Amino acid sequence: MASQSATGPQAQQSQERLQAIKALDELASRLKNILGSLTGSITVDKKSMAINIEVDKSKLLDAAKILRGLGFEHVKSLTGVDHMETGIIELVIHIGSYRKGLRRFMVILRTKLDRKDPRAPTLINIWPSSELQEREAWEMFGIVFEGHPDLRRLLLPEEFEGLWPGRRDFAIVTRKAGEVEEPWK
Amino acid sequence: MEVDSKSISTQAIEELSKELIQQRELGVTEEGERLIELQIGPTHPGSGHMRIRVWVDGDIIVRCDPDIGFVFRTIEKLSENRIYMKTIPLVERPSLLDTTPMTIGYINALEKLMGIEPPPRAKYLRTILAELTRIASHLYGIGIFAIFLGHSTGFMWGFGDRELFVELANQLSGARITYAYVIPGGVRRDMPQSFPDNVEKALRYFEKRLPDWYKMFLNNPVVEKRLREVGILRKNDAAKLGITGPNLRASGIEYDVRIADPYEAYDELDFMVPVADEGDAYARALVRFEEIKQSINIIRDALRKMPGGDIIHPQIARMFNPLMKKIYEESRRVKFPGVFASLKPPKGEATARVEAGRGEALFYLVSDGSPKPYRFRWTTPSYRNAILFKYLVPGHRLADLPAIYGSIDYFPPEADR
Amino acid sequence: MEGGLVFIGDLDLTTRKVLRWLVERKPLKDIVEWATAFSLWPVHLMTSCCGVELGAAYAPRFDLERYGSLPFVSPRQTNLIVIEGTLTRKMARVARITWEQMADPKFVIAMGACAIDGGLFWNSYNVVRASEVMPVDIYIPGCPPRPEALARAILLLQQRIRKRGLARHDLEMIESPIKRIDGSK
Repeated sequence: MASQSATGPQAQQSQERLQAIKALDELASRLKNILGSLTGSITVDKKSMAINIEVDKSKLLDAAKILRGLGFEHVKSLTGVDHMETGIIELVIHIGSYRKGLRRFMVILRTKLDRKDPRAPTLINIWPSSELQEREAWEMFGIVFEGHPDLRRLLLPEEFEGLWPGRRDFAIVTRKAGEVEEPWK
Repeated sequence: MEVDSKSISTQAIEELSKELIQQRELGVTEEGERLIELQIGPTHPGSGHMRIRVWVDGDIIVRCDPDIGFVFRTIEKLSENRIYMKTIPLVERPSLLDTTPMTIGYINALEKLMGIEPPPRAKYLRTILAELTRIASHLYGIGIFAIFLGHSTGFMWGFGDRELFVELANQLSGARITYAYVIPGGVRRDMPQSFPDNVEKALRYFEKRLPDWYKMFLNNPVVEKRLREVGILRKNDAAKLGITGPNLRASGIEYDVRIADPYEAYDELDFMVPVADEGDAYARALVRFEEIKQSINIIRDALRKMPGGDIIHPQIARMFNPLMKKIYEESRRVKFPGVFASLKPPKGEATARVEAGRGEALFYLVSDGSPKPYRFRWTTPSYRNAILFKYLVPGHRLADLPAIYGSIDYFPPEADR
Repeated sequence: MEGGLVFIGDLDLTTRKVLRWLVERKPLKDIVEWATAFSLWPVHLMTSCCGVELGAAYAPRFDLERYGSLPFVSPRQTNLIVIEGTLTRKMARVARITWEQMADPKFVIAMGACAIDGGLFWNSYNVVRASEVMPVDIYIPGCPPRPEALARAILLLQQRIRKRGLARHDLEMIESPIKRIDGSK
């Protein structure tokens, strides 16, 4: 009952998935060859069909240009992940492609930025689809994208007081289990 | 269809991007006094929950700036303070029209972290509900599009026909639009006995209705005049700007997440993806109608191929107490076991993507082993399409703005999350 | 007699007093209230996701136009504002400006759990309560409330207008102790 039956469409499906995983591995090794010394590490995430590429901040634009030339032409998501203990904000960019052979896979480009002064080069010249997402990343985490022509608030009102709500130290009200709020008191 | 068969050199990329950025800076410099800034604000029937700031020179729009964030409810931050199960209704609320693909995406990411897969019957049930909501969402989009153009019959018909599918979803899950039907490991309820017959009746009624829709809306000479050659989005621009959904398919790129990266039961079902070439507003409306037809085929196919069996993963079914087990066996309803309150997936991260009614949604979950997510990031299709206001609207007349807005089917609460 | 003027008092003021006395008397008062009750026109302000159910309520299946209610374009020509769903800070300022632009007598319906006390998003940093922005007449619970619930709210408002006489134009501006967003009164 737990395992899937190995007949009919289920078998075809797992066959197709195995082929996709093989193609993913091939793509990962190809990227390793091409990017070579630019990256820190390349790992494959089989469940999410994605390739994680870790780069240093100075090499971000070069790696981005190479990926753009290979056919990954749009950014699906650009955001930061805040790690307070190590003092790092990690810039995580999900990149995808509309080309036939590359549609199935995603590339996740990561950089580590210093939490006290996070700055990164803007990717708007390489990927125009990251324009609004960079504005949101600035608004939420404080990451300054150098070269962005129009870095202003996107989602919050201009007179909002409080900086960088996306970071983990921006506290919001929480309720413990069993606690009931009584606004009529 | 390939996007661009020539290899792109970095030089060429930079020139193309400069061109796009220059296009945006039109009209701000010397001729600044001739321009009038209009704010088409939230209290306007043609603006939705957002403000569109346009700079007009006479009647031609020179620059357009979308002012979004009026429905920004900080769901990403809220989910860091709640357990995994409580994020399911949060994820449903922004895109209130097609809620099921969003919950499917979130639960897929969670199941990838946990390492379980739902049983086949649950996959088919999720697929059926997702397609029902997709039809309802397209009809809402077409209805709002019609009222923007002034075609109030289209509005009434769109909402009236949508009630059919909302009622069907009500029979399956118990609520009109916010179902919370998908849970980690399966679905919450099995379908009632009369459900396949009702679905067949509804689909047959709607198929008879579609020719009337075509006569009234798509083949209407007034609508054609307003929509043809308006808001043309070329294939290269669509790929570069990261547009998703029927807007992309109306520009010639045949990309659909249900085929590119199949999830749930889509790889076993038989359907096609409609593509148009012109890229104007008329093509986008046409693609939406064709997608409704394809969704009807998917539902029929799924009902035919529906397997029997469990609707919840056996690992979770093992944790039922005797009362829950009795309810499950008698009426096939799942009551949540206590483990859901302290669900702790292992440390790691997962990404999932789904095809919602308006395009592709991406879910990125980072977990650190505690019952609350460490970081939850999701991008909705309307958020990615918001950039079209900046690049597609300039150059048109002011009266074309509702036509373009309605044709890209931008839904502000979904974009603001 | 010769054609001279006879001074009988300020004609303008006298006419006004007579008219006011006439309107307060039984037949005209009832007619005015009946007319107001059956022409509650909401303004086209979509605040949040309950707008979907508002749209469905004015559509074929749950037609609310049979109660005389028609969504209309401008705040100066309508007398009802329906706050559907969550009020964020940006939208609260717009809603308040719209409410102030409307002419007396005007009514407010707060629709949904989010308008009552924040609902599902109670601890978000960008959400305000509807009662802090404007005085509310009717609350509708639900998430989202069914269109029939909205119909019941309009019927309830109609009964209230006709019983309590809320349609009079000479009501003084009620100084309710509500806080404005920017702190001024």
